[in-house]
Amino acid sequence: MIPLETDSEDLPEGMPYLRETRHDPPAALLALQDRPLRRMKYYPDGAEGWLVTGYAESRRILSDPRFVTGERFVRSPTELPHFFVSSSEHVPPGFFFFTDPPDHTRLRRKITGALTLKRMKDLGPRITDIVDDSIAALRDAGSGADLMREFGLPVPSLVICEMLGVPYADRDRFQRTSNDIFDQVLPVERRSEAAAELFAYVRELVPAKRTDPGADMLSALAADDDLTDDEAAGIGMILLLGGHETTANMFGLGTLALLEHPDQLARLRAEPELMEGAVEELLRYLTVAHAGMMRIVKEDAEIDGRLLRAGEYITVAPHAANRDPARFDRPNEFDVGRDAQGHIAFGHGVHQCVGQQLARVEMRIGFARLLAAFPGLRLAVPPEEIPLRTGMFIYGVDSLPVAW
Amino acid sequence: MRIAADRERCASAGMCALTAPGVFDQDDEDGRVLVLNAEPEAGDAEEAADAVGLCPSGALTVTEP
Ligand code: HEM
Ligand code: HEM
Ligand code: SF4
Repeated sequence: MIPLETDSEDLPEGMPYLRETRHDPPAALLALQDRPLRRMKYYPDGAEGWLVTGYAESRRILSDPRFVTGERFVRSPTELPHFFVSSSEHVPPGFFFFTDPPDHTRLRRKITGALTLKRMKDLGPRITDIVDDSIAALRDAGSGADLMREFGLPVPSLVICEMLGVPYADRDRFQRTSNDIFDQVLPVERRSEAAAELFAYVRELVPAKRTDPGADMLSALAADDDLTDDEAAGIGMILLLGGHETTANMFGLGTLALLEHPDQLARLRAEPELMEGAVEELLRYLTVAHAGMMRIVKEDAEIDGRLLRAGEYITVAPHAANRDPARFDRPNEFDVGRDAQGHIAFGHGVHQCVGQQLARVEMRIGFARLLAAFPGLRLAVPPEEIPLRTGMFIYGVDSLPVAW
Repeated sequence: MRIAADRERCASAGMCALTAPGVFDQDDEDGRVLVLNAEPEAGDAEEAADAVGLCPSGALTVTEP
């Protein structure tokens, strides 16, 4: 029998989330890297659980079926209030992000056929058109324009709308609600309202997709006899949410990172064949999904000689794991020439991002065309004035004024 | 080298097709792994070994080195 270990009297209270710099994880989080798997206290009730900052440990835990997500989370790893304070009522049906196998497998496989690497490569020309239209809009808006507004948000939103068959004209209804769902600083009531609004929006579209189907993913979900209309809407909602917010923040923060590392930017401009690797490095270095991936211990499990007890919470800090010196040389350096493959910016295990091949194609094309269109791209304001999204699930910038 | 894929475990993440395109593909139905060449050699074998390490669901194994 392995004893339940206690690290020390002063366990970290929650996962540090306030950042000192624009691109690095919080110093207080990186300071915890000395012990890759450690106990920590959870807000708001101080219950103890686990924090994972090591790369190898993160991969092991995320791919081990003894650590599940389908249970309702009532504790937040930061002092920000948790969305699921007490009940499951906010989780829409079909929302497989919060289910476990076998149900997770059944629901996830409803969409994976439409998101394969091959299909995403076939979308390349269409994505290029969308990217070029947004670049033209940015140019029209004139030097000083907001790159997030003209390019970062529209590109992934237009792409996911077209794939799902959701009218882009309705973007006010889903961009604001998604933003509210992901805003950890808003009151929990407002966030659950936003989740209900977004679900209701997609749910309204489902019956029409069945009677008058298009060649889109929502029509295929609506036509699937194995899914209820609610489940079809839940899957549509997860794609709509996951499909624009994350990639948009990679565009904003990624452009900022390139502009703040002029040597790396110059190298990428001179050697465009580095783009595929540079996108992986941007994913690793920035790790925008920084809220921590939470799992619950389903049955007692031993990891590296430590006992993780059934019912305990685990938070994996992917932004720390992606800076693990045991895995990446000079982890805190941004280097477009490095081999960053294996990073866990898309997670690991059965929940690993289902949209990752789409996100890769969007970013490869998007960054390449952006750099080619604006050889003199630069920030239009001092970097300290760029508003950062520290309290959001997905880290990034609110706006990015650029000039050329 | 010999490779095996467990299609029941596969999570259709596409890391294998991305990393070792000469060895793996995904089916059109639900994106699960297809082994194009179960006995890769040279460069393909190196890429296949990378893919085995990257696969998020543990669906890929090297059965013979
Ligand atoms: C690209 C896809 C997504 C990423 C990267 C992402 C990232 C995260 C992360 C890292 C967490 C923190 C803990 C956890 O793993 O449970 C989280 C929680 C959560 N996510 Fe997402 N998520 C994604 C998709 C979605 C979608 C589609 C929704 C739709 C409603 C959503 C709603 C939530 C909610 C409600 C929580 C719990 C938040 C809280 O309790 O405060 N996420 N997400
Ligand atoms: C650069 C952009 C993106 C990043 C960094 C990202 C990151 C992630 C991460 C970290 C997870 C796993 C969360 C966990 O295990 O707790 C995830 C899951 C997910 N992502 Fe993404 N994502 C991106 C783009 C996309 C896109 C474009 C889509 C939609 C097409 C999407 C849809 C999803 C969905 C549906 C899940 C849940 C998968 C599951 O639970 O099986 N993501 N994403
Ligand atoms: S990498 Fe693994 S999970 Fe992903 S498609 Fe290939 S076999 Fe399936």
